Amino acid sequence: MGTHLPSTEFDGTAVDDQREADAEAVMGQPPAQMVQLLGPDGKLGADPVYSSYADKLTPEDLRGLYADMARIRRFDVEATALQRQGQLALWVPLTGQEAAQIGSGRASQPQDYIFPTYREHGVALTRDVDLAELLRQFRGVSNGGWNPKDTNFHLYTLVLAAQTLHAVGYAMGIQRDQKLAAAAGKAGNEPDAAVIAYFGDGASSEGDVHESMVFASSYNAPVVFFCQNNHWAISVPTNVQTRVPLSNRAKGYGFPGIRVDGNDVIAVHAVTEWALEHARQGKGPVLIEAFTYRVGAHTTADDPTKYRGSEEEEAWRAKDPLMRLEKYLRAEGLADDAYFAKVKADGDELAAYVRRTAHDLEDPDIRAAFANVYAEAHPLVAEELAWFEEYSAGFAGGDEPSAQHGAAAKAGH
Amino acid sequence: MTTMTIAKAINEGLRATLAANPKSLLMGEDIGPLGGVYRVTDGLIGEFGPDRVVDTPLAESGIIGTAIGLALRGYSPVCEIQFDGFVFPGFNQITTQLAKMHARSHGNLTVPVVIRIPYGGGIGSVEHHSESPEALFAHTAGLRIITPSNPHDAYWMIQQAVECQDPVIVFEPKRRYWLKGEVDTAAPGPSGDPFKAHILREGTDATIVAYGPLVPVALAAANAAREDGHSVEVIDLRSISPLDFDTVTASVEKTGRLIVAHEAPTFGGIGGEIAARISERAFHSLEAPVIRVGGFHMPYPVAKVEEDYLPDIDRILEALDRALSY
Repeated sequence: MGTHLPSTEFDGTAVDDQREADAEAVMGQPPAQMVQLLGPDGKLGADPVYSSYADKLTPEDLRGLYADMARIRRFDVEATALQRQGQLALWVPLTGQEAAQIGSGRASQPQDYIFPTYREHGVALTRDVDLAELLRQFRGVSNGGWNPKDTNFHLYTLVLAAQTLHAVGYAMGIQRDQKLAAAAGKAGNEPDAAVIAYFGDGASSEGDVHESMVFASSYNAPVVFFCQNNHWAISVPTNVQTRVPLSNRAKGYGFPGIRVDGNDVIAVHAVTEWALEHARQGKGPVLIEAFTYRVGAHTTADDPTKYRGSEEEEAWRAKDPLMRLEKYLRAEGLADDAYFAKVKADGDELAAYVRRTAHDLEDPDIRAAFANVYAEAHPLVAEELAWFEEYSAGFAGGDEPSAQHGAAAKAGH
Repeated sequence: MTTMTIAKAINEGLRATLAANPKSLLMGEDIGPLGGVYRVTDGLIGEFGPDRVVDTPLAESGIIGTAIGLALRGYSPVCEIQFDGFVFPGFNQITTQLAKMHARSHGNLTVPVVIRIPYGGGIGSVEHHSESPEALFAHTAGLRIITPSNPHDAYWMIQQAVECQDPVIVFEPKRRYWLKGEVDTAAPGPSGDPFKAHILREGTDATIVAYGPLVPVALAAANAAREDGHSVEVIDLRSISPLDFDTVTASVEKTGRLIVAHEAPTFGGIGGEIAARISERAFHSLEAPVIRVGGFHMPYPVAKVEEDYLPDIDRILEALDRALSY
């Protein structure tokens, strides 16, 4: 071995045939064992590592996880209805993925920072994002909709996987904050933080996911890559994206990869809690593949009947994340009919609130768009805004320069 | 006043930034012990350590994307892209994320990322090492684009770019890295605003607008024209976005003729934008059409013929002759 090579490098002397054989062995292996604690039958199993995390969940926690999943499913139904009624231009349903999102989101701490893709409404709920604000983007009144600084829940990112790199950079910032704090004698004043980067099986093919895992590995960044493998990238099945279980890919980057039953909220919570601890303790990144299923369409513009059979959907409905937790809660005597009735009533109340708020969302003023192109004054923006004001004022009874003085003042010095 | 090259001036500007701003950091390929392929970051890792001068994996999207994340956490990253033609793997992050994050967040988030890109030809290099892609970025709202042409500007503009709360791309004229000049490290003087054009030489018969590597060429052309009895004004644009149309308009109102020179292809380039704006703003002052001098509509050619591609003194003088013939 060349002495200049780090010990982790291949030395170049291995026989290529052997490498091919090794690769084939990996390809031919069955999927890595999936962590599952709560099966579709509602029975709680055991796991040598993760049971200890699951055991920390109190009955109230478990009821809370159920309530969260039920609320976000009800929200999803309402948002889909709003789209059908023309109140939203588009909706991105999450039904089927409630456990993956609620379980992982509830495992995060307030100081952690979350980078979603665009279907993580359940995670948004766990971060206390006002769910009505999630609709802004889909109603066409905002390209964001909430202030990420309020909840540490970043804006949705529509260019797939771009946010995985932002997550790693953010985690690199956390590392530097810790060193700066230590240098200032303030180590430990703030709780250690980690980052979660959400993406899907389709986005896993994007180069940015690869680069983000390389950077995270190189710098041992405190980031958890949370891949919801919902089996379909619009119409393309996962086997077009990968020949190996996605969780296996972590091996290539040199950090742990775990496949978890994404419809088992208890296992998802346990695995994510473990991974976040791992990251916060400075042990580096983790990849979690939550094995789940997008029961509905990709978006309200999609038609799944063109690319998959209903038998498949039915098979996954049998693994429903809410149903199995309800079975468990009832069997253990942790929740009764009155509880489930209240969850339903709360969901209806949320739906009514979301519907009411969506109707009340005001149309934006394009002056605000002028104001936010740049953080600092920009003469071209100011010039074009001035032209727009003059042009608008030219219409009789038309669009008078409004009271948005702040926007105009910022763009125009 | 100290005499130094442009490369050294950027080095000193980065050193001053790293010393003054503990949240600033440099990221890029080979910028650590090597000091970058042009040695612009030479010695900085020794002074500031590997957390502030970060040798990154070889991945431009990764560099820009992680820089965005660092900026969201409150840091001010300065990314080095090794060569102009290698920025494209990072183009997606720059145009769909970096440029739009502030607007997307209704102004709640700022991403003060600086991207340094050595650009332009004239160094006899291989493919992808001599390009001028500034127009591709200037077309994207949310980005600021500046390009120094001399050491004093280089020293101050890199620091001003880091201080700016918007994303700034600094196009560095790589064939001028070794150009020497006086730098006042005590005060920026007239270079206080990086987004203003500078009139380098006053004239009455025509105006030449140039930026970056062609500024010395424009000055030499103006000198040559003087021998033929023509008084030519030379403007160093310095900033491409925003573009200081006020300075250019005032000059054209005085001279009546405008030549815009850049290495980038003329089609769809910055010269076309200037020509259009000036025809709107100073139509009645123009004695001749605005004439563009630039690269041809072809991939940047091989090194052995790049002299035929790059605008030189004679190409600018030929344009000047045409402008004066009206």
